[in-house]
This record gives sequence, C-alpha cells and structure tokens, in this order.
Amino acid sequence: MNSGIKKISRYRRHRFAGPALLIVALITLGTTFQVASAVPSSSEKEIAPKSTLIEEGKRIYNFGCSTCHGLNLEGSGIAPSLIGVGGASVDFQVGTGRMPMADMSQQAMRKEPVYTEEETAALAAYVASLAPGPAVINEAQITYERDGNTAEGGELFRTNCAMCHNFAGQGGALTQGKYAPTVMGVDVKHIYEAMITGPQSMPVFSDKTITPEEKLSIIKWIKAAENEPNLGGASLGRVGPVTEGLLVWTLGLGLLIGIAVWLTVKAK
Amino acid sequence: MKKAERIGGNVASYVDDRTGAAKWLRKNLTKVFPDHWSFMLGEIVLYSFVILLLSGTFLTFWFDPSQREVVYEGSYEPLQDIKMSAAYASALHISFDVRGGLLMRQIHHWSALLFMAGMIAHLMRVFFTGAFRKPREANWLIGVGLVTLGIVEGFLGYSLPDDLLSGTGVRIAEAIIQALPVVGSYLAFFAFGGAFPGEAFIPRIYTVHVLLLPAAFLALITIHLMLVWYQKHTQYPGPGRTEKNVVGYPLMPIYMAKAGGFFFIVFGVTALLGALASINPIWLYGPYNPGQVSAGSQPDFYMGWLDGLVRMFPPLESYVLGYTISWNILIPGLIIPGILFTLMALYPFIESWMTGDKSEHHLLDRPRNNPNRTAIGAMSLSFVLVTLINGGNDLLATHFDLTINQIMWFSRIGVIVIPPLVFVITKRICLSLQRADREKVLHGRETGRLVMLPHGEFVEIHEELTAAEKFTLTQHLQPKALVVPDTDANGVKNPQGIKGKIRARFSQAHVEQIPAPTESEAKALGSGHH
Repeated sequence: MNSGIKKISRYRRHRFAGPALLIVALITLGTTFQVASAVPSSSEKEIAPKSTLIEEGKRIYNFGCSTCHGLNLEGSGIAPSLIGVGGASVDFQVGTGRMPMADMSQQAMRKEPVYTEEETAALAAYVASLAPGPAVINEAQITYERDGNTAEGGELFRTNCAMCHNFAGQGGALTQGKYAPTVMGVDVKHIYEAMITGPQSMPVFSDKTITPEEKLSIIKWIKAAENEPNLGGASLGRVGPVTEGLLVWTLGLGLLIGIAVWLTVKAK
Repeated sequence: MKKAERIGGNVASYVDDRTGAAKWLRKNLTKVFPDHWSFMLGEIVLYSFVILLLSGTFLTFWFDPSQREVVYEGSYEPLQDIKMSAAYASALHISFDVRGGLLMRQIHHWSALLFMAGMIAHLMRVFFTGAFRKPREANWLIGVGLVTLGIVEGFLGYSLPDDLLSGTGVRIAEAIIQALPVVGSYLAFFAFGGAFPGEAFIPRIYTVHVLLLPAAFLALITIHLMLVWYQKHTQYPGPGRTEKNVVGYPLMPIYMAKAGGFFFIVFGVTALLGALASINPIWLYGPYNPGQVSAGSQPDFYMGWLDGLVRMFPPLESYVLGYTISWNILIPGLIIPGILFTLMALYPFIESWMTGDKSEHHLLDRPRNNPNRTAIGAMSLSFVLVTLINGGNDLLATHFDLTINQIMWFSRIGVIVIPPLVFVITKRICLSLQRADREKVLHGRETGRLVMLPHGEFVEIHEELTAAEKFTLTQHLQPKALVVPDTDANGVKNPQGIKGKIRARFSQAHVEQIPAPTESEAKALGSGHH
C-alpha cells in the first residue's frame, strides 16, 4: 500500500503526469455521464386482450398520442392534425420511433420504436379509419430487387433527394436545426412511406412526380449504396472534402511534422 | 588503386579539365544548411509537387478531357448505361478498370492536399519567424504567388473529373466570374465558350491544369530554391550564430541523405493515405448534371474559407444603370480575398515601413520576441479559421447538433469580433512569455525543490541557466520606436504630417516588448537567492 503511494508520488512530477491525469479525468467524466444519462430500457408492455384492431388503436392513441394530437386527431398548438394523414404516415412515424417524440426539439428523430409492430398497426388502423389517406405499405409490395433499376434510381436520387440527403444518402443539414436524416439502414417500407407521406420537412413525392417503379429504383439504389463496400479505403463518412481536409492536417501533415522533428532530434 | 577507381578518376579529371566542375561542385556540395524541423516544411511541399507530377502524368495516360457525351459501360454497376461526359467516364475507368488507377488517383488528390497544407504551414513558419525580412522579400512574393497558383491549380484538378461535386464547384466559379460588374457575363461566356456548362470548359482547364500551371510552378519553385541557395538559409538564434554566418551541416553527405530519405517518407505517408483513406469517391457523386446538387457540397479545404465567406455574406444586391451588382458574391468571393492576398504579399514592406528597419536579417525571430507581428499573424489565421468553420457549417450542424443559422451568425459576428480579440490576447501572451524568459535568465529555472536553511528559512532552489541558454534568451534586438519631432530644424511644425504620426504610432506598437535583461541587471542580483 505504502509503496504504491510512493510509486504514484514518484511519477506525479513526470512530464506527462498532467496530460495523463486530464485524460483519465475526461474519460471518467464521460463514462459517468454516459451511464447516468442512459435512458432506462422500456419495460415490457402489457398487451390488452384483443378486441378489434381499431379499438385497440384508439385505446393506445388516447393513452399515448392524444395529449398533443387531440382526442379527435384535430391537432393542437404543438402538434399537427392527423386527419387524413393515412396509415402510411403513422406506420412511418411510429415504426421508426420518431413518434412519440422524446422531447420538443426541432425535429423528431429516429430512435428505437416505443410501440411494438402490432401496436403500430393498430394505431395506423385507427388513424386510417377516421379519414382516408395513404395506406400502410406492405413490405411484400416493394419488389425493388426485381423491378428496380439501380442506375436509374441513382439518377432519380441525385435529382430529387441528394440536395437534402447528400450524394451518398448520408443526410444533411436544413435550416434552424432541422435536418434530412441519413437514409442508410432504413427499412424499405419506411423509405417508401416517407416518399408518399413527406414526413416533417420532406416534400410528398406523389406517384405522378415519381412513379411507383421509379420509387422502387430509388430504393434499389439506396440499398446498393448501403451495401457498397468502401472501394477507396476508409470512407471518412462519405460527406465530402471536409473530413478529407481534417485528415490531411491531422494524420497527413501531423505525421510528417512528427517525422521531421524526429529526424532532426535523431541527427544530433 | 583499383582499376575501377582509376577509370573513375580519369573520367572525372577529363571532365574537370574541360569544365572546372570540381571547384563548383566542392563549393556547392559543402554548402552549409542550418538544422531545424521547421525548415523541413518546405521540403514536404517540394516532394509533394514531385509526387503530383509523377502521379498526374500517370493519370493523363487514361484521362479523356472531353465533355463529349458517352454511355457508361465500365465495371461500376450502379452507373451502368448512364449518360455522362467522356471526362467522367474516363475518370471512372481509371478508378475501376486501370490497374492501380484508383490508388494513383487517391495519391494524386491526397498529395495535392498535402501540397497545400504544407505550403500553408511553411508560410506560417516563414511569417512567424520573420524570415521574409530583407533580403528575402522577393522570395516571400514568389511564395505568395505559389500559394495563389496552388489554390487555382487545386480547384482545377477538383473540377476535371466532371462529377457532381466538380460541376457544383465550377458553377460557383462561374457565378463569381459573373459577379464582376459590367464585364462579368461577357467573361463567363468567354471562359465557358457560351452558356454554362457548354462543352469547352473541361478541355480548357485540362490544358491549364496539366501544362500551364505546372510549368509556372516549376519555374517559380526553381527561382524560389535558387534564391534560398544564393541568399543562404536563415537560422534560429543561438550561441555562435550571427548575421554573418550559417551554422549547420554540409549538403553532402548530411542533407543529401536526410532530404533524400525525407522524400521517401513523404511519398510513403502519401501512399499510405492513398491506400487506406478514400478521397473524392467520384463514383458515388455521379456525373455532373446542372439540375442536381448534393447536400454538403464543399470545396477542398484551401478554398473552404472562401466558401465560408460566401455562405456568411448577407444577401445584398443593387441595380445600377440596368446592371446588377451582386455584392453578396463580389465582396466575399473577390474583394475580401483580393485585399487579404494583397496585404499578405505586401507585409514585408509594410513591416519595414512601420519599423523603419532597413537592415538585413539572417537570424530568425522567436515568435514571442516580435509580439506585434505574431499577433498580426494569429489574427489573420483566426479570420480564416472562422470563415473555414462556416464553410463546413452544414456538416458541423448535423454532426454536433447545432443549427446552420446559429453557426452562420456566430461566423458573421465572429469574423469581425474574434480577430481583434486574438490580436490582443496573442500580444499579451507573447509579452508574458518574454517576462517568463527574463525571469528565467535573472533568477534561474524553478526546480520545485524546497530546502530548509539552518536558521529555519525555506527557499526554493533555482537552477541557473547555462551561458548558451542565457545567450539564446537575451540575444534578440531591442528596437526603438521611430520618433517624429514636433518641429524640425527650421521650426516647421509637424514636419512629416499625419502620415508621420501614424507611422510613429505603428512603430510604437511594433516595438513594444519586455526589455531583455542586461548584464548589469544580472550582476546586481548576483549571488542572492530569490
């Protein structure tokens, strides 16, 4: 014990003692924060005895959504009306975890869904039952592998999507803290639903603007980009020259300056 | 003597008898250069240039600088059967169907970035150590010219593959040309051979990129190095180093080996980057189409600050005699960079005017010993850095949960407020460092060892510096401010007018420093402990 303290004491005046201590402190602080701020995993949800799908949806809606969206879907000062948004919109917003929102930030973000698939389907059925709107997309309808064309999808993506979602679908910034999220790792069903419902800042791409076949091509291109290996080495995030510039000043020039210093010291 | 040595000797004396090469070689091969890591920054640039020439030549073997429309039939599936320019198709061909092509493309681009980064680092070294002072003003001007051409050359290279990002950049270049009052639209038509994008641009910039500018670089770099050779290299101050000598090692064999080795190290690091990190993945961008644009389109870093300036400028426009003047592009795209580069080029002359210093300098300044200059440099860097940050505002926004609007306002205000602050802070830091130096010379280095004297007094042991260390910390010049007399010999009031007053004020600011300790001060402190 005593020798241990002596050992520490011997190193406390070491040249690197300060930086080392700082790093340890930062790591401790960061880890503590990470642990403390972690959201407790949601406990198992009780599934009420099934009556009809719509009634079940209504029960979940009244319980989880009506505070903001109103008892009759009419919306309120803080949330839009859901009349006529259709099942597709509900399936997208709830299925990707965007709804219910974690907090009132600029934009609902994608997160682990709060409701199970059955509950989401019930909610969608309830909202769709009150006013017509785009219906939930069945995964089996999206035959992009068979009917899509990757190259054409790429052209369509660059023309219609890249200005917000970036050339490689990595997402991009919009005004006032809003953003276009990445389209990588998104269920094909949700991509399709996003195009037909236009969630948040996204415009609606109706079947007249982009035909269903073209939508399949876009999805095929997105999946191809997602699965494309990084052909040139580390991708650096596929966000363009900013990260490249960062790397050249840090690893590139940093390494060379380090070597130059080493060479000069070595020569003496 | 071996036979081979005899033959070698005979050949050498044959050549020497006719050319007198031995004397010339002896003089130049034994030329002495001072040793410091920061003197190798310029080498990084030079070697990157060599790498650029070699890898660039490789790329020209397959690159087709033409905007002729072709249908892609190469091996990259996601672009199959897409219509594109021959330039883009050939760049894809180099990337996917030429052996080692992608590696060479990436090496070429990485070494272009290293070339620019190295140039900026070298420029900073020269600036902050005062290496631009007489007699090296001409070389400073050549250096500024090289940086400017480097930005242009890099931008042209970025534009050549004719992918979506290239075209977006070219479109912005066209907008900047058009922003020139009156002649803008004519110039743009001239440059593009008609309306944008036309078919002339790629072939034209190709010629400039691979012929005109590399030749200009070659010429300027040669003059730059010849001047270094002829004027001799500057050195950091230290014992035995004066304005009249150069202390270091001879070119042969020390620097031949060192520089030669360093070339391969630079090549190695560039190849490492080229092999491991993707740069400008043109196949993901797709071919250029004026109807498309990608979120987060940025230029390479050396133009990022210009992009940031344009992004932050308020939307101002006026209509004069039927002409539109787009101040929002004209000012950040042309006028501000023009002013900055002019000031940078003229800085050696401005400083010499401010200080009235017309003498030669071969000993470098430690940055802290010239607080005003160091503060000016730091101020300029902070300006560029704020604009550079705004150039990446969209990525900063998405990756750090900020809003573009906040970053833009931060930059708009910061670009005006931060540089003066940085000036003041840097100057104070320099003066404090000078005080620390003074303290160290007079009282020695604090060792942290406390000793109790027999009568109970506690003192900290101060270790006296060596004579060499003391010399290094006290050798710098102690310039005096220019004084403008109120009346001259004939009783004329204010003889040099307002100009003289301004100059005196500048000079006063420029010479502000903590006096270096003198010998008598050191003696006065003498043996006592403090």
